[in-house]
Amino acid sequence: MDTPSIDVAYIARLAKLALTPEETSRFSEDLNQVLRYVAQLEQWDTSEVEPMYHPLPVFDAVREDIPGTSLSNSAAVANAPAEEDGQFRVPKVVESAH
Amino acid sequence: MLKGSISHWRSQLTSGTITPTELVEELSRSMEESNPSINAYISWDKDAALAAAQQADLSLPLGGIPIAVKDNICISGTPTRCASKILDNFRAPYDATAITRLRAAGAIPFGRANMDEFAMGSFGKNSAYGATDNPAAPGHAPGGSSSGSAAAVAGGMAIAALGSDTGGSIRQPASHCGIVGMKPTYGRISRYGLVAFASSLDQIGPLTQNVEDSALLLNALCGHDEKDSTSSTEPTCDFTAGLGQSIRGARIGLPKEYLSEGNDPAVTAALELAVQKLTEQGAEIVEISLPHAEAVVAAYYIIACAEASSNLSRFDGIRYGHRAENTNGLDDLYSRSRAEGFGPEVKRRIILGTYVLSSGFYDAYYAKAQKVRALVAQDFSAAFEKVDFILGPVAPTPAPALEGSDMTPLQIYLADIYTIPANLAGLPGISVPCPVAEGTRPVGVQLLGKHFAEVDLLRVASALETALA
Repeated sequence: MDTPSIDVAYIARLAKLALTPEETSRFSEDLNQVLRYVAQLEQWDTSEVEPMYHPLPVFDAVREDIPGTSLSNSAAVANAPAEEDGQFRVPKVVESAH
Repeated sequence: MLKGSISHWRSQLTSGTITPTELVEELSRSMEESNPSINAYISWDKDAALAAAQQADLSLPLGGIPIAVKDNICISGTPTRCASKILDNFRAPYDATAITRLRAAGAIPFGRANMDEFAMGSFGKNSAYGATDNPAAPGHAPGGSSSGSAAAVAGGMAIAALGSDTGGSIRQPASHCGIVGMKPTYGRISRYGLVAFASSLDQIGPLTQNVEDSALLLNALCGHDEKDSTSSTEPTCDFTAGLGQSIRGARIGLPKEYLSEGNDPAVTAALELAVQKLTEQGAEIVEISLPHAEAVVAAYYIIACAEASSNLSRFDGIRYGHRAENTNGLDDLYSRSRAEGFGPEVKRRIILGTYVLSSGFYDAYYAKAQKVRALVAQDFSAAFEKVDFILGPVAPTPAPALEGSDMTPLQIYLADIYTIPANLAGLPGISVPCPVAEGTRPVGVQLLGKHFAEVDLLRVASALETALA
């Protein structure tokens, strides 16, 4: 791998984080240092290894499908920053073409 | 300062020497006296604790015992903020399963313990509600991310506490504060109601004054939960069963990779003392090798940040949490709400996690890290063919000073080298404090066991604790 370099401004857009220019510059420096460090993983031969996404083998963990109570409507919206008629209030989602 | 373990207070309660209400009052007084300088708790509801104390059933195993709870474990109706501004107004709408089980065992949730924001940090300094001081070494970090849980127990403001451990966040603060901290096997305790950081690594566990108290809390907390599909169906048992039993013949591995010259002399001395005491008790110390020991930090930070970037996408300013004002469209609302709500370390890890999962980099970073994780797990499988337990340091140094010890993020991450492996491999681990000279910072040693071998691990930990006393 080439010397890694992270485009923090681009990644921040993907991650939905409105960073300040100072944050963008600081994180670039911090994370490029981290990426240079993690590049050492290349030295380990993993050609015969399956990735381990989970520490224990758990498969098809399903519970019985039994009707039960769940959060009430009022509890579900109690923490909403904006709520109306028991629903989450959001800004207009379909934006007009510019 | 309130002294005494769970079993001490249980005998006081059952003998009628003190009532549950009086115990909550005593604890509140201790907390009100010490917390302004320590900042171990960031919220508490004394009335709710007193109401629970009135109803306490002393016939239950933890009847009447107040327990401090890390701020990322949901307690119904109380602030559960993960020490983040983004959840400043959040009140949990339900109890985490761990809390349901504590209540079922008669315990009383008491106070929300400070932490590094979203459990991301090693020193407790990443809290939006201020850093926590170390009662066992004033002016020094209590460790993290379960900073408040450890400081509350060490400072006589809690009898015991719950924390969470993703890369050492229970064991490392326990070591820095001179108490016991245990991460059970992955899946032992339900994660339902634990605010997710890295789901394949996170595990709830106890921070306590002694090994027995950790066993008593595991008795209450462990067991399958249908609300967490990763919780284990492995049968639970009496985790106190091995306490006080002989460890003669136990084979304990000492990884040669952990005897680094980079370790602080106090850490090396603690390890040597533990080796001596365990040998005196009849255990056999065996040198072993974990060939991928140096790869763990790189693999861990890729995996943990990748999972975090996904888990923390739920904080979008819509259903709960902070919402930015005067935004222009949905995208702006998401981006500014998150930018205003999250602290710097959380942002840094979300960026790293998003990067390693992004198109073109996934195989080089994320898939590679998960393969190296498999190699790390294989190291442990091979080691556990030869030995029953593994002994090592908890952290390379004792607690750093709160001020004037600025490190780069990478330097901070590297200090997790001894605690991360248990999370990557899903193993149980416990940090046991070693005695230190008056005026010096606490240091613990770490014991790791095989999957689901907590009874045996607690047996060795308690034998070591007794021998060190």
